[in-house]
Amino acid sequence: MSEKYQVSSSPHVRAKDSTSRVMLYVIIALLPATLFGIWNFGMHALLLILVTIASCLASEWIFDKIVHKKNSLPDLSAVVTGLLLALNLPAGLPWWEAVIGSVFAIVIVKMMFGGLGQNFMNPALGGRCFLLIAFAADMTNFKSSKFEAYSGATPLAMIRNEGLSSINVMDMLTGKIPGTIGETSVIAILIGAMILILLGVITLRIPAAYLITFAVFMLIFGKEPMNANYLVAELCGGGLMLGAFFMATDYVTSPITPGGQIIYGICCGLLTGIFRCFGANAEGVSFAIILSNILVPIIEKFTIPRAFGLAKEAKKNE
Amino acid sequence: MNKYVERLYNGVIKENPTFVLMLGMCPTLAVTSSAINGLGMGLSTLVVLVFSNLLISLFRKVIPNGVRMPAYIVIVASLVTVVQFLMQAYLPSLSKALGVYIPLIVVNCIILGRAESYASKNGPIESIFDGIGMGLGFTMGLTIIGLIREILGAGTFFGLPFLSAIKGFTPITIFIMAPGAFLVLAFLVAGMNIIRKKMEAKGKPLAEPAGCLSGDCAHCGQSALCTGKSAGASDQEQA
Repeated sequence: MSEKYQVSSSPHVRAKDSTSRVMLYVIIALLPATLFGIWNFGMHALLLILVTIASCLASEWIFDKIVHKKNSLPDLSAVVTGLLLALNLPAGLPWWEAVIGSVFAIVIVKMMFGGLGQNFMNPALGGRCFLLIAFAADMTNFKSSKFEAYSGATPLAMIRNEGLSSINVMDMLTGKIPGTIGETSVIAILIGAMILILLGVITLRIPAAYLITFAVFMLIFGKEPMNANYLVAELCGGGLMLGAFFMATDYVTSPITPGGQIIYGICCGLLTGIFRCFGANAEGVSFAIILSNILVPIIEKFTIPRAFGLAKEAKKNE
Repeated sequence: MNKYVERLYNGVIKENPTFVLMLGMCPTLAVTSSAINGLGMGLSTLVVLVFSNLLISLFRKVIPNGVRMPAYIVIVASLVTVVQFLMQAYLPSLSKALGVYIPLIVVNCIILGRAESYASKNGPIESIFDGIGMGLGFTMGLTIIGLIREILGAGTFFGLPFLSAIKGFTPITIFIMAPGAFLVLAFLVAGMNIIRKKMEAKGKPLAEPAGCLSGDCAHCGQSALCTGKSAGASDQEQA
């Protein structure tokens, strides 16, 4: 028996989680929505997904080379960014516009601020919002060969313009509606969300706070208050589910304190409700989430847990 | 280097008001949605700046120190009014495009900054050249920003079809909106910083821009050479 003691500093027990593993889980969880999107919108959707992932990887690699940083491709975060960005694009978008969005997401939103972990807002959403402002016509054109019968308007826009009777809530659940590649099928997104929750990648705090706040807001201020059918349609419509489970829960741009996560979710829900009810567009999830991303440092500042043994007075005296 | 040429070099490169001193950001961001607007704004500022520098330099011994700011403002405002009326008479479309930013030249930091830090301490001829240098630097900055925003955001080059002539080109409209102004300015400032770093590495002297404007003569690298290190700076510190 060895008489030697191993002396090492804490931590002594390490979790197996690494950045690349978490990212891999997220990619797996996004697969149902991705596959449904490809099935729903056809080969051009697949092309867009491949283009965004490839250009995200390429721009991250080139940026690393230019600033002499360690190659950060193996952490897979660029793949997640590319995939999430593609899922937020309409299937008919020209491919070169998708490339511009990817480069903006990676270079300006993520790498310029120091790479993964330093970005102040979700890169994929930053890229999407850039495209939304830059190519407003193409980004809101949801016409695709499969859905010409629906005249290309998303259900949210139809509720807004023509009223609740013009849409079919069941189609919104399964996803046979016009929209961006990954947002249409609520069922596929919920399968992915279940995977993330079961694997422990995300907790329910942010999505639950987000969705509940949004639901309450819509029940009170929505176009048809206290109407369950309308509420379900608003919950299933647009990028809300994808945003709540995959974008708002991004580790880098959400608070780490449990209390902060709930406040952050409430912020997302309130802003989404305000944008959808009173904004110029039918959809406001991406802007709501990136605005809440910017609030995160303040939220964290006010929700730092009290260290064990420190009294409240002691904290005040600091 | 001739001191007049030095003033021009100082205004365009060394202390470029847009990219180095970061002065006059409000018109820089607001009116540069096209190259012609940027050029027009830059040139009208140039005219006002040259004449205000000349007048303030001529009156510098008459103006009491305590009321120098109101005196400068009166001089600048009269000049701006002249420019505004001339523009309304002869360039009505540009006047409409620049809108409220022409009257706002009165409170442009570059003009008051040069009046305070240069014209009030130097002779009229040098002040004119300082105004020309600074004005050219500002015009250059605004025109470049406007040009880039116009090419990307509208696909035109000084109003002529350029990128938009390519079939299938969709203008990136974000660039003629406010976020585009911030993005383009940020990239140009970054580019200017690279150029300045390379010039410094080659041994060309580039003074810290903060020195003169902050009135902090003690820490200024050119303190020994500086002619403007007069009562003005020490008065400021005491006040």
